[in-house]
Amino acid sequence: MAAAEGSGVGGPLFAGLADVSISEDIPVEGEITVPVGSRSPDEDYSTLDEPVRDTIVSLCSVYGKTCVLPLSLEDWDLWGPLVLCVSLALMLQGGSADSKDDGGPQFAEVFVIIWFGAVVITLNSKLLGGTISFFQSLCVLGYCVLPLTVAMLVCRLVLLAGSGTVSFIIRLIVVVAMFGWSTLASTAFLADSQPPNRKALVVYPIFLFYFVISWMILTFTPQ
Amino acid sequence: AVTVGPEEGEPGDDTDTTELLGGQRRPRSFWTFEYYQAFFDVDTHQVLERIKGSVTPLPGKNFVRHRLRNNPDLYGPFWICATLVFALAVSGNLSHLTEKQASPTYHYSPQFHNVTIAATLIYCYAWLVPLALWGFLRWRQSHGAGAYSFLETVCVYGYSLSAYIPTAVLWLIPAAWLQWLLLAVAALLSASVLALTFWPLVRADGRATTLAVVAAVVSLHTLLAVGCKLYFFQQPPSASPAPSPFHTTVGAEGLHSHAPQLPGTNISLLGTHPVR
Repeated sequence: MAAAEGSGVGGPLFAGLADVSISEDIPVEGEITVPVGSRSPDEDYSTLDEPVRDTIVSLCSVYGKTCVLPLSLEDWDLWGPLVLCVSLALMLQGGSADSKDDGGPQFAEVFVIIWFGAVVITLNSKLLGGTISFFQSLCVLGYCVLPLTVAMLVCRLVLLAGSGTVSFIIRLIVVVAMFGWSTLASTAFLADSQPPNRKALVVYPIFLFYFVISWMILTFTPQ
Repeated sequence: AVTVGPEEGEPGDDTDTTELLGGQRRPRSFWTFEYYQAFFDVDTHQVLERIKGSVTPLPGKNFVRHRLRNNPDLYGPFWICATLVFALAVSGNLSHLTEKQASPTYHYSPQFHNVTIAATLIYCYAWLVPLALWGFLRWRQSHGAGAYSFLETVCVYGYSLSAYIPTAVLWLIPAAWLQWLLLAVAALLSASVLALTFWPLVRADGRATTLAVVAAVVSLHTLLAVGCKLYFFQQPPSASPAPSPFHTTVGAEGLHSHAPQLPGTNISLLGTHPVR
């Protein structure tokens, strides 16, 4: 640094400032990263599709949670359950409609059963003294319909191949397995938030709920 | 410990009656969640005990006094009715499947509207009949002591329907005598419990009223079972022993001796099976 000529000219008030001078020789220190050309594809994707990616991630994380470990669900959302419910209700359409009302469930019936059933079960568990929040419980119950939606897809594919006894047995095994998975997964979430002497009272309605959905899937017959 | 003063979230509550009630449950406002939580204050073993008590009529033990003990719940009635609804619909559908599968013209249908019908029927029975009975008893009650609350009446009726759940499932067995026997046993057991529960209340009213009320209770309960059986488990029309008209090879004498059973029979027989 260039020292000022005649130090001590400014007196004690400006003593320190005498040493200060600015010249073009001062090197600029520090780092500036300019993200041009070196950006990774993941970063690109994440900044552009944030809401969609979040939903897919949360779907996969809950799916992972439902099949792997019962963890507490802090961030609930109802988009996943809505998508699952709508797809299940759509897949249950177009079956065994003899142009009379003696057929399978209508779209509205499936929709109402799933959502009304989930609400009733949630209210039931809260009235029995559960500590889980209303929307968390709806979220769990809705996401745990995923195995049954997969079962419905498998059933429709199997029915394309034929509708004899063998196909029925395959469908039965698949539906029973998925029903067990759904019930166990949602029970793992919801029973923990109950006092221990009432767990069975909470588990039974969940069992009934998924049983009814499984029944609708198993009795689906194409036109 | 009993707290005095308004609780959080319930500014206008009548908590000043808490001290008067002593150890009883404090009354809550109708619009709070806690009001309804009081109706779900049961444990698993209590619900199971109540279900067992609803099918074992013991002359000395009144269901309301002995089992409920001033703690009626809505969990039992609601979920027993829901289970019964689905048991009837599913089992009825399955019974059609096994009975009609022999017929070649049968096309399986899930009959999902049965669920709606069963739900309407069962839930109306479970709420309206207790309402009528409770109203009648309140109207007739001269001394006012020992009357059951509306909730206790609903509770008794709800639990008494639990006898019909295994019955509905066992009706899958395609033996008519067994089905009627099961119906009789279930109706007898649960209606006896109902009769024993309401007998002490109407006993003071005179013999005619007592008999009329008990008879009404028992017959309504039995009628429900019979109606469910006849509606959801319809017997198929008796299958005729004649072979299916679309598959017979017809000789000349066959064409004349078999009366055509369907309008289309003649056309198809003439079209696909030449007479000679």
